[in-house]
Amino acid sequence: MPGSTPASGTTVAESVATLDRVAAATGFARRNSARWDTVRRLWRHRSFKLGLALFAILVLSAAFVPMISDADPTKLSMRTRFVPPGAEFLFGTDNFGRSALARVAYGARLSLMIGTSVVVLNAIFGALLGALSGYFPRLDNPLMRMNDALMAFPPVLLAIAVAAVLGRSTINVIVALAIVYVPRTARIVRASVLVIRQMEFVQAAVAAGAGHWRILRRHILPNAMAPLIVQLSFLFAYAVLTEATLSFLGLGAEPPTPTWGNIMAEGRQYMREAPWIIAIPGGALALTVMALNLLGDGLRDVLDPRLKIQQ
Amino acid sequence: MGRVILRRIAGAIPVVLLVTLITFGLMRLIPGDVSAALAGVSATPAEREQIRHNLGLDQPVQVQLVRWYSDLLHGDLGRSLFLGQPVTKATFERLPVTLSISIYSLILTLVLGLASGILAAMRQNTWVDQAAMIFAMLGISMPNFWIGLMMIVLFSVHLGWLPTGGYIPIEQDFLGWLRAATMPAVSLALLQVGLLARITRSTMLEVLRQDYVRTARAKGLPSYLVIGKHALANAMIPIVTVVGIIVSLLISGSVVTETVFSIPGVGQLLTSAILNRDYPMIQGALLFVTLLVVGINIAMDIAYAWLDPRVRYDGG
Repeated sequence: MPGSTPASGTTVAESVATLDRVAAATGFARRNSARWDTVRRLWRHRSFKLGLALFAILVLSAAFVPMISDADPTKLSMRTRFVPPGAEFLFGTDNFGRSALARVAYGARLSLMIGTSVVVLNAIFGALLGALSGYFPRLDNPLMRMNDALMAFPPVLLAIAVAAVLGRSTINVIVALAIVYVPRTARIVRASVLVIRQMEFVQAAVAAGAGHWRILRRHILPNAMAPLIVQLSFLFAYAVLTEATLSFLGLGAEPPTPTWGNIMAEGRQYMREAPWIIAIPGGALALTVMALNLLGDGLRDVLDPRLKIQQ
Repeated sequence: MGRVILRRIAGAIPVVLLVTLITFGLMRLIPGDVSAALAGVSATPAEREQIRHNLGLDQPVQVQLVRWYSDLLHGDLGRSLFLGQPVTKATFERLPVTLSISIYSLILTLVLGLASGILAAMRQNTWVDQAAMIFAMLGISMPNFWIGLMMIVLFSVHLGWLPTGGYIPIEQDFLGWLRAATMPAVSLALLQVGLLARITRSTMLEVLRQDYVRTARAKGLPSYLVIGKHALANAMIPIVTVVGIIVSLLISGSVVTETVFSIPGVGQLLTSAILNRDYPMIQGALLFVTLLVVGINIAMDIAYAWLDPRVRYDGG
């Protein structure tokens, strides 16, 4: 225990502090150059670059299209019903004469917001649960049993059931997606924590009398980041895709709030005369998911070469 | 082998117990008063009380829990609020529809996924490889319900080749079934094809570099034997584990696909239950499908032990 007796307390505290300082001094310098190396390798990775470019275009359009165009995604106009994509409306209009461009851009905002929230929740709870069960053998069994059970449900189905039970709202979709994906993230973090816990630098920290919290925070979690980051980038893709599925099925934000899923659900009736109503949000969704998958592939190849089976 | 099977089944018991417990807990997550939500604002207190009583919600939680498990042991998942029939009966009636399309889709997945993955690995870094991997990337990125809708626009509305939806039982009219089931099965398969192609390619590349493959080549075996017998047999082991995931994806994907193509299967049962707030039906369908997936995964693990003798001997 750190500082258990007054006599050894100072030395233990000192040696822990020294170890941290050494880790910071040598580790930081090393890590800094390693970081640049990682960035360079990512930049050379073709699919990472492509994914990053696509994703940047998406984020920028979601941010700026609603600012530049004054089209209101919920304003009805009978004069402009079913205008095909063209000069007046870049992406055409829907059955209520609303601009498809504006609707898909607002939908993008919502999708990105939900994706980001799910990723943040996963980063927090997935890392926490994974670290706890990987580090404390006593917690491992109960936590992982629960995890296994949650992972036994087909993911989309569990999300549908949770969202259906909680009721229609954006927050409930986020909660449902977190319940579905946190166990998967926790499992990945746990796997790396189990390996790192056995390493010498962790034993050195234990021997020096560092507390559990400090070991986890300073020594284990920073080394478990790579697989977590890779997981989170794929997770963003799944979250966006599953959210669209839920709102297509009538769960999630209620119309007239546009989401990619509910635009497609509404557009189904007009598939014959106005296929663009569905084609555009679906295409935007596919591009987003592809951008994130490409990013994830790149991150996996560069950050976590163990997972890279063959390039 | 018998011991492997027993051990795997015993290992699944805690998962099944927790899965049933979570499903039970899900119904208790419904915010507010269920009876008010179900009966509407105009319901009298007596009507609400009746609904609560029918759902068993007027009992203490521990009584509800005991009842839930004893019903489960009798194969009773409750009654649908809207169909007026037991959940298990409604599900079993629609199961053949979902299974026939899922199996069709699984066959497409295995054939297309394995073939494109193997081809890509054999022709690594050529245009064949690149085309296969771009196709796989598109497959894992496009939402299956969107592919389904776009296929309807192209093949039904514009070309008029295939019906926009509906279902014809396979035993009644095979060609009719094929016409109705092809678009759903293809749109459902593309995601899994992409996943399987990527994994097959990378495991094949790994295996193709092994010494025994070089030996097989060196002793002059024809290429189809080297790939088909030496390489593929060893690449199958990691691939089999993925098939479990693929089946789980297929089954959840069918929920949406059935909605898109108006196919009267388990998926559509679930979607209409969502719209009607038919909670026992949602709960029952979720549990039913999950237990099905757990069962399939056990079967895959046993297949795995059968394919790979090392697993058998290690685990005894």
